[in-house]
Amino acid sequence: MTMKQLTDKTLTWVKVALFLVALIPLARLIIGGLTDALGANPIEKITRSTGYWTLVLIMVTLAVTPLRKLTGWHWLTRTRRMLGLFAFFYACLHFLTYLVLDQFFDWDSILKDIIKRPYITVGFPTFLLLIPLAVTSNNALIKKLGGKRWKGLHRLIYVIGVGGVVHYWWLVKKDLTNPMAFAAILAVLLSFRLVFWWRGRQPQARPVIAKPSN
Amino acid sequence: MSYRPDPHLLPSDITPREYYYDRRRFMQMAAGATAASLLPAPLWAGDKLAAGKSQAYTLSEEQTPYKDVTGYNNFYEFGTGKDDPAQNAHSLKTRPWTVTIEGEVHKPKTWDIDELLKLAAMEERVYRLRCVEAWSMVVPWIGYPLAELIKQAEPTGNAKFVEFISLHDPMQMPGQRSAVLEWPYNEGLRLDEAMHPLTLLTFGLYGEMLPNQNGAPIRVVVPWKYGFKSAKSIVKIRFTEQQPITSWMKAGPSEYGFYSNVNPEVDHPRWTQAKERRIGDFLKRPTLPFNGYADEVAGLYTGMDLKTYF
Repeated sequence: MTMKQLTDKTLTWVKVALFLVALIPLARLIIGGLTDALGANPIEKITRSTGYWTLVLIMVTLAVTPLRKLTGWHWLTRTRRMLGLFAFFYACLHFLTYLVLDQFFDWDSILKDIIKRPYITVGFPTFLLLIPLAVTSNNALIKKLGGKRWKGLHRLIYVIGVGGVVHYWWLVKKDLTNPMAFAAILAVLLSFRLVFWWRGRQPQARPVIAKPSN
Repeated sequence: MSYRPDPHLLPSDITPREYYYDRRRFMQMAAGATAASLLPAPLWAGDKLAAGKSQAYTLSEEQTPYKDVTGYNNFYEFGTGKDDPAQNAHSLKTRPWTVTIEGEVHKPKTWDIDELLKLAAMEERVYRLRCVEAWSMVVPWIGYPLAELIKQAEPTGNAKFVEFISLHDPMQMPGQRSAVLEWPYNEGLRLDEAMHPLTLLTFGLYGEMLPNQNGAPIRVVVPWKYGFKSAKSIVKIRFTEQQPITSWMKAGPSEYGFYSNVNPEVDHPRWTQAKERRIGDFLKRPTLPFNGYADEVAGLYTGMDLKTYF
């Protein structure tokens, strides 16, 4: 068996492993909360952690297609739905932390934040954009929408990736190390798409191999 | 979780201060007994620091626990994470330490830290600390008014501002290997702000010498301004005619002004300053003008538009 082709059984194990790994950040927060290990400002810690892992999972989801094309491991695509839904899961936790723990349903203050704080002005609609993607992440709706329309809709993830990084970039007080790292990773992942798209547009360009003409 | 106030916890359940300190003292004695018997006992971070309790500067608000005051810090010289200073500040050497007074003064002088410790009577004052990031603490500091030192220096008629310069040594302060701020850290006050009785030249907290991560061995505490105005680990105090340009002003001129008085009406361009989370609380509380010290200090700014001079 090569990595190119996994049996269904192996793929199931890979998915179980990914599922458990994706739960580690949540488990750490829960254990931290129960053992008083989230530091002096637990709400800040939970907000930061859930936001961070949302972005990580968005990047991982965006890495699936380039990885598949580079390696030929087609089974990677079959892990993507779960990874994407985990990104949505952490985004929900992030949003709920803001809504309940940080603002405690202070709607007036939340509305002001959305209007006045650029990082929330960007972050909130970015979160909303994730919802249609999560809702349509099942076979029934893929069938109903049709592959083409479904694909078009799910290209929103590019916008979401940019929105998420901008949200992070704008909220950091001074140390931009982490947002810059995410921006760089996103730039690489999105430029793969550009390359693939460019190559796809010029089918005649592909077989041409430059030969030295003596 | 830990931040939910426990309704079943009675005041009588809290460990009494005497027990708490007794244990500390015991640990310190055990650890320091041998060394102390041989040396003339210089004061190090964590050593006990005697001080009379201030009658005027107390608060009925609950004091932030010692572990949070010393474990949740913004001190970029040791890293930009809140836990970094407590983890990394052990590399700071607080002895020998001198503070140079220079600029527009009649009596420039380089003071040894041990001289400064004896310059005036130490007082414990409980102040609110409001960070520009919208969290706050209540801290029992130990020190004496900065005015005591300024009087010794005898500022000239040209002195309008006081500049504080912190230690610059990337060997001791690993965070300075990154250019996240312009080093050395530089802060400043108007002379009348620096002379104000609330402005505390600070050597300790919670009954002991300042832990390194809190700005040892000497810092200022300016309780009506955002925390970053209170320079830590100071090595130089310069009196100037021109308003200094501080590290944070250089880092973000539109976000951090020279005055940086706590003001719920003037938001940080990227977040609101109307409310704050007191460390340990669940719900946010409204931020008070001048951090609750308006009666004492509002007069310093009469006629000034605080939106312009933020």
